[in-house]
Amino acid sequence: MSCETAFWQRRMVIAAAFLAAVVLGGALFAPLIAPNDPLAVDLTIRLSPPGPGHWLGTDHLGRDVLSRLIWGARASLGSVAAILCLVVLISTAVGCLAGYVGGKADAVLMRICDVFLTFPTFILAMFMVGILGTGMVNVIIAIAMTHWAWYARIIRSLVLSLRNRKYVLAARVTGSSRTRILGRHILPPVSAQLVVLATLDIGHMMLHVAGLSFLGLGVQPPSPEWGVMINDARQYIWEHPRLIMLPGLMIFVSVMAFNLLGDALRDRLDPHVSKGMGA
Amino acid sequence: MLRYIARRIGILIPILFLVSVLVFLMLRLAKGDPAMAYLRLSNIPPTADALEEATRMLGLDLPLWEQYLRWAGRALRGDFGLSWVTGQPVLGEILYYLPATLKLTGMSLLLTLVFSIPLGVLAALRRDGWADHLTRAFAFMGVSMPSFWFAYILIFIFSVTLNLLPPMGMGGFAHIIMPATSLALMSTAINIRFLRANMLENMHARSVLYARARGLSERRVIWGHVFRNSLVPVVTSIGMHLGELIGGAVVVEMVFAWPGVGRYAVMAIFNRDFPILQCFLLVMTAIFVLCNLLVDILYAWIDPRIRLQGDRT
Repeated sequence: MSCETAFWQRRMVIAAAFLAAVVLGGALFAPLIAPNDPLAVDLTIRLSPPGPGHWLGTDHLGRDVLSRLIWGARASLGSVAAILCLVVLISTAVGCLAGYVGGKADAVLMRICDVFLTFPTFILAMFMVGILGTGMVNVIIAIAMTHWAWYARIIRSLVLSLRNRKYVLAARVTGSSRTRILGRHILPPVSAQLVVLATLDIGHMMLHVAGLSFLGLGVQPPSPEWGVMINDARQYIWEHPRLIMLPGLMIFVSVMAFNLLGDALRDRLDPHVSKGMGA
Repeated sequence: MLRYIARRIGILIPILFLVSVLVFLMLRLAKGDPAMAYLRLSNIPPTADALEEATRMLGLDLPLWEQYLRWAGRALRGDFGLSWVTGQPVLGEILYYLPATLKLTGMSLLLTLVFSIPLGVLAALRRDGWADHLTRAFAFMGVSMPSFWFAYILIFIFSVTLNLLPPMGMGGFAHIIMPATSLALMSTAINIRFLRANMLENMHARSVLYARARGLSERRVIWGHVFRNSLVPVVTSIGMHLGELIGGAVVVEMVFAWPGVGRYAVMAIFNRDFPILQCFLLVMTAIFVLCNLLVDILYAWIDPRIRLQGDRT
């Protein structure tokens, strides 16, 4: 790679980190930053253009678009954080059990993984939301349930490759217990990889959440969420395209920022697994 | 080759069995009593008698495993029950809407191949040149863009502003351009990145070095060795992303009011019409599995290492 490219890549990563921090800040401090109540309906000022008081204008119910965008960050990132926590918990447990204990447990768990990997993920998530009922919590459960198997597979193979390393064998010889070996010698390197995987997937999951919300299955109106905002604005594309463009831009920019960060992190931490991962 | 195919199908059968068990069990997770839902949607007053009869009729009083066997037996004969809303056979309804979805995904797949292969190759050959930078920027934006938003951008440009293409519905060729393009964006972007990375990796392969040492022309080295070897993993990657394509079709169908099976399934979710949903999941999974099987067979046919490796074990 030439010097110039490396320079530009550094620049991009810094920009991405900055954008991701902005989105994260919006999500964390939404109540403090948002200039208006995102739910306050005022039909007298519906569909008003950007101006003082409402910097990005108002939507079809007269709600402040800027405030809804900021609160939308919270809905989007909050649900992705919850999904990733669930996914990491389930897949670490399954992956370690399968990889370290092996034998029958391994065979059974991996067959279960195979079953989950057989479905097209988005369709399975849709089906689960259909069964559990619409709503954010159910979307979180559905997306976590459709993604854990990918992680469990990877964690299992990592554990398998680690368990016969010399330092692990040495720990075993000196009489460390199984849990100690797992906790002290196997989990730390696995979690480093997990962080990379999870960061790479944040964008992908944001798209899933936004897609399901757009279909009307996730966050229920009037709660502000970017996918819901786009769905709300569908009929106004002729006169007020801004109502569709702004929330979409938020999704696009944040997904891109997290994707760039994930790529950078991966290149930094393990240059070997540089392609083919993530979908 | 036949042995490979037989073994591949042999692996699939137990998995498909477990898939059906899982789908069956998940349906039992659903809130509310199916018998009650059946009565409500059939406009029968929910008296105790009617409820009992519906429970018996739907087989809900049997032990779970017997319910599963009855359900699976009927499903294997193509009987997925009746829709709770229309009262029509579910499979018939799904198959009625399926061709529109297949048309859309097929077109998107075609677009993906037509755009991603030349662009991926171009980016790899002109590494670090402006063509590479442009292609990579495009690919990067492509994987980060929600398809429905891209779809609205297209509608805004080509329907609202230029008034060139119809914003919704299915009809002539003009109707499919925007839906197929929005659906193809993500897979095209993924493919470009994957093909480029593969090409760059293969350029340093020993076989390529050897081909150069034999004095083959650069053209033959690139197309006969690098490109051919890079295309094989791309075939698998496309098979895997077919799932994304099928899932993405649901969202795109909603945007363009495309009368496909995804849009129908979303309505079924709102109506809580579980038989439709179940059949939808099974049919889409079957298509996905079948396509991946075809890809695997194709893969083994192109690359003898795969089928021979399996034979030894």
